[in-house]
Amino acid sequence: MAKMTLETLRKLREEQKEVIERRDSGDKSIHIIVGMGTCGIAAGAKEALNVFLGEAYTRKMDNVVVKQTGCMGLCYAEPTVEVKMEGMPDTLYGNVDAAVARKIVNLHLLGGKLVNDHVFDYPARDINKE
Amino acid sequence: MHAALSDVVFDLFQNSIEAGAMNIGVSFWETADEIHFSVTDDGRGMDFEGLKRAEDPFGSDGTKHPGRRVGLGIPFLRQTAEQTGGRVEIDSVPGKGTRIEAVFPAAHLDLPPEGNLVLLWLQCLTFGGDYQLKIHRMCRESDGRVEEYRIDKAEISEALGGLEDTNTVGLLREFLESMEEPFNK
Ligand SMILES: Nc1ncnc2c1ncn2[C@@H]1O[C@H](COP(=O)(O)OP(=O)(O)OP(=O)(O)O)[C@@H](O)[C@H]1O
Ligand code: FES
Ligand SMILES: [Mg+2]
Repeated sequence: MAKMTLETLRKLREEQKEVIERRDSGDKSIHIIVGMGTCGIAAGAKEALNVFLGEAYTRKMDNVVVKQTGCMGLCYAEPTVEVKMEGMPDTLYGNVDAAVARKIVNLHLLGGKLVNDHVFDYPARDINKE
Repeated sequence: MHAALSDVVFDLFQNSIEAGAMNIGVSFWETADEIHFSVTDDGRGMDFEGLKRAEDPFGSDGTKHPGRRVGLGIPFLRQTAEQTGGRVEIDSVPGKGTRIEAVFPAAHLDLPPEGNLVLLWLQCLTFGGDYQLKIHRMCRESDGRVEEYRIDKAEISEALGGLEDTNTVGLLREFLESMEEPFNK
């Protein structure tokens, strides 16, 4: 693989856009927010982020937006991941390593089911946001 | 706690973001016997007291991480430098910005591995916010051969029409992998 130029990158993006339009996967977007605080990183947040980015891309799941945020204030449950999508309750997951991230993709994003053992209770999150 | 140098660099990058920086520069260089990286920002900077706090492993003010008071970034760098005979330099001017530079002997056994630089750049380029970011990656072989690339977030973001969804990030990853490939030989 030769070094890509910005021009190549631009062209690939144009081609990609056309393909995506033809795919027409609707416009309900899925938001995945990965907590990248220091203890999250140490516990595998980076690997989880990598799985979400990689799986969404290779499986051609359009409309997935993966965001990183700093510390979510939940050291003991890091890495934490929040998933927001239509048809599912907003969900906060705790202790998400690469394997759990893959489960979230398969069950939650594609299967419409919660990954029960990793659901984190909401009240805790609300307190920490204040 | 940190497994790789790339995690340390990401922590320094996050510190810059947290300091309100709008322009950030990250470099990661290798020579035959040294690994060198630096993070430069135009964030709020630190005064003498702030610098002392930043050097203190228990200096995190406790509001950021309710569960702990131990900041990891700079103290970890210092510790790694001490273990390996490397050095860390911090230049900071309140209201102007900060530059943190670290140099380590490449061959030292206690030096953490470099980690995945493609993922590091992805993390830094797609962290939410309006900041500008310039990356310089370089490797100088002992025979004097130089391999290098530069990434400018503004250019990348313009070429891709944003860095938001996973389709553009997927292309960005391919782009970064093509840049990084000659370094893995
Ligand atoms: N680039 C910078 N600009 C301004 N202040 C900084 C910068 N880097 C570090 N600091 C100050 O030094 C402190 C310590 O940084 P350090 O990365 O060690 O811990 P932290 O960011 O508070 O916590 P953690 O990195 O574990 O999330 C920060 O809280 C901040 O006040
Ligand atoms: S990184 Fe701050 S609580 Fe986890
Ligand atoms: Mg920090």
